[in-house]
Amino acid sequence: MSMSMSLGLVADSFLALLILGLAVWTIAVRGTYAAVVGFVAYGLLVALVWVRLAAVDVALTEAALGSGLMGLLLLRAAACLPRDAAVPASGRVGRVALRVVVGVLCAGLTAVLAAVVLQLPEPAPSLAAAAAQVLPTTGLGNPVTGVLIAYRAIDTLLEAVVLVLALIGLWSLAADGAWGGRPGALRTREPGAALVLLAQLLPPVGILVGIHLFWTGANHPGGAFQGGAVLAAMWAIVLVAGLAAAPRVDGRRLRLVLVVGPALFFAIGLAGIWWADAFLGYPADWAKPLILVIEAALTLSIAAALGLLLAGPPAAEPGPGPVVGAAGQLSWKEQSSTDEHR
Amino acid sequence: MQTAVILSDLAAAAVAHGGDLLVLALALPALALLPAFALGGRWAGRIALLTLPLGLGVAVAIAAAVRHGGAPIAYHLGGWAPPLGVALRADGLSATLLLTTAVVLCAVGLFARADFKVPAGSRETRSPLVFWTLLLGVWTGLNGVFLGQDLFSLYVALELVSFSAVPLVCLSGRPETLAAALRYLLFALFGAVLFVLAAALFYGTYGTLDIGLLARHLAGADPVPPAVLAAAVLMTLGLLAKTALFPLQVWLPPAHAGAPAAGSAVLSALVVKASFFVILRLWFDCLPAAVTQPAAPVLAGLGVAAILFGGVQALRQVRLKMLVAYSTVAQIGYLFLVFPLALGAAALPAGGAAQAAGALTGGMLQLVSHALAKAAMFMAAGLIAAALGHDRIRELGGSARALPLTVFAFALAGLSLAGLQPSGGYVAKSLLTAAAEATGQWWWALALQAGGVLTGAYLLWVLFNALAGFRAPPTLLKRPRRYQELAVLALALGALVLGLVPASSFELVTVGRAGLVGFP
Repeated sequence: MSMSMSLGLVADSFLALLILGLAVWTIAVRGTYAAVVGFVAYGLLVALVWVRLAAVDVALTEAALGSGLMGLLLLRAAACLPRDAAVPASGRVGRVALRVVVGVLCAGLTAVLAAVVLQLPEPAPSLAAAAAQVLPTTGLGNPVTGVLIAYRAIDTLLEAVVLVLALIGLWSLAADGAWGGRPGALRTREPGAALVLLAQLLPPVGILVGIHLFWTGANHPGGAFQGGAVLAAMWAIVLVAGLAAAPRVDGRRLRLVLVVGPALFFAIGLAGIWWADAFLGYPADWAKPLILVIEAALTLSIAAALGLLLAGPPAAEPGPGPVVGAAGQLSWKEQSSTDEHR
Repeated sequence: MQTAVILSDLAAAAVAHGGDLLVLALALPALALLPAFALGGRWAGRIALLTLPLGLGVAVAIAAAVRHGGAPIAYHLGGWAPPLGVALRADGLSATLLLTTAVVLCAVGLFARADFKVPAGSRETRSPLVFWTLLLGVWTGLNGVFLGQDLFSLYVALELVSFSAVPLVCLSGRPETLAAALRYLLFALFGAVLFVLAAALFYGTYGTLDIGLLARHLAGADPVPPAVLAAAVLMTLGLLAKTALFPLQVWLPPAHAGAPAAGSAVLSALVVKASFFVILRLWFDCLPAAVTQPAAPVLAGLGVAAILFGGVQALRQVRLKMLVAYSTVAQIGYLFLVFPLALGAAALPAGGAAQAAGALTGGMLQLVSHALAKAAMFMAAGLIAAALGHDRIRELGGSARALPLTVFAFALAGLSLAGLQPSGGYVAKSLLTAAAEATGQWWWALALQAGGVLTGAYLLWVLFNALAGFRAPPTLLKRPRRYQELAVLALALGALVLGLVPASSFELVTVGRAGLVGFP
């Protein structure tokens, strides 16, 4: 017992040091790509920490969204920047002073947080027991899903709406002339044979994993966000390999897919006023099937929204000019100069 | 007599269905947003314009229910009671802001019809779709903030507001607006991170995120746990960044001035008020007086700095929209005077409930009349800029003759901002001044007077230029639509009328205050 505890302590300390080291390295490193790689690795290590804390749901989310999708977005952003966009090694005095101030503030905040966290009540007050106790009324086996779809359904519902708004915000950066076109940021001019092969082999497996994550979420770690993220990643691979084109942003069917999740969630939630006496309430016998319907629709909408967030704003159709990742950016610049005279 | 009976029946019905009304206020704009986006094209504008009056009706019903019932309305979502579940709650403050938001958005929607119309010949274009969907997005978020009773739900609602507000800044696509939007996004995210960090500390201390339950825990906490102190500081700081209180205002002027006129109106009139509202909730409804009373002068001190800095900067501006944006920086400052005034009243030996109510009512009146006046002012400035092709203040000569209604509405809105009689701004400032005198904090009243002088100065500077060159009016590139001018005038008159209604109309604000901090 004590042997395994001390081994665990050693492993945890090693993990903590590794995370701190990687965080410092990611901030200090000069190259944009290197920093992104550091960030992705950092996210995976943080996911390991969540596993150590027995929060597998959070670990899955951190790995899929925090590390995976965020990493892809950052790589795309890095591709839009000039090749050597690294910050000059020696800044002016004002810059250095600013950095020192920011560093001191961050260190101070960290110290305060550390001191405060150590003084939090022990054992930590928690709603975990309450969440597990009433879980049977929802027919679910995973209390995390209970929190997300039943007890705090409003947060999940509004987050699904936030995702739609984030996509609208991204699309708003398109050139007026490109509206109605296809997102172009994931287009590759000449995808390598290996990439094409990967895009043919991986998605069948990945799609199954995505659906499994959503389906199993009712009773085990997983759910709509994790499943949707995996599905989005599979879509992104297919787009990058050029096996399919991104859909036109003004397509009605695409829009329908994007809103079906939150819309169905709202509809079932409102029906709850009649059949369960409360908005976002479920009738006792029908709770689980209704929750699964909501989760299925949410998975679809989340996958579409995340995939399109990766694919960037609609861009003009590919000509000889734009390269991977820069299409949206370039067309935006062209537009801005014409816009001045509007 | 007959109408009075019908009205009181309606109010009684609203009280009976209060909970459902809260759900409707949250669901209506979100449910409009989804089909507006899915159908797209002309439908986006149609759906938004149809939803606006409905939403106004819901807001009026909630205000009637709160006022008539004399008590806050609460609703447990999904039937789950806090701490496990999430509650919605509308007290007088919520009802006031829901109503203000609906009124301003109705006028903005009417105004924006001309600017965000899908041109003939195309099915869908970029800016109309983005504008109308984001307008509904902002509204969903704002209603979520005003009804939120749970710290994490408030975080989600604030994110809804931010994610909808930021793209409004760069809707025109000009590079400088993109830079302004990005800077705004960074400040908003900084605020969000601090907010959620603080929410985690609250949960770690008391195992709940519900504001009412937290307040009950904190009322008995002696001494206040260090985690709560840290959370209070972090959360307030994050919200101040989103509210753009001095010295965190750097993102505001370029962002608010760069957005299209209708967008600027929403951002300046409503969006910055959402985070201010959460500060108000946190300080008055959650944190104990032991924390807020000694810290209140710090917030108000920053408010005074904002009043002076914003006023001086507004005087130095070359462009009209930038002047109006700096005026927002200054006007936000006034709102923070509420804290020492209301909390100071609570510390009076005789209780001071009346003085606290006066200070809070004055602050809310300042918020509401600024929302109406500033929306009017930004839209008037937009009409002037579109008509002249520029908004350089020194070259506004003759615009008063060419655009009499627009300039008149601008001047009326200015009357309220400067706190001149008769206007909502005047009543707000006199209530705050009275509270300052009653609590022996005359220095805050001094700041109010100085702010009024600065506001008067920069508005006179605009009017002086607009009235000059009366004999040779400029040739207009574009004549504003009459309904646009009327929408602007309606808001400006609204700010003015607030100064003429009987004082009992403001009792709505203090419904549900009894027993809370500042109200012994």
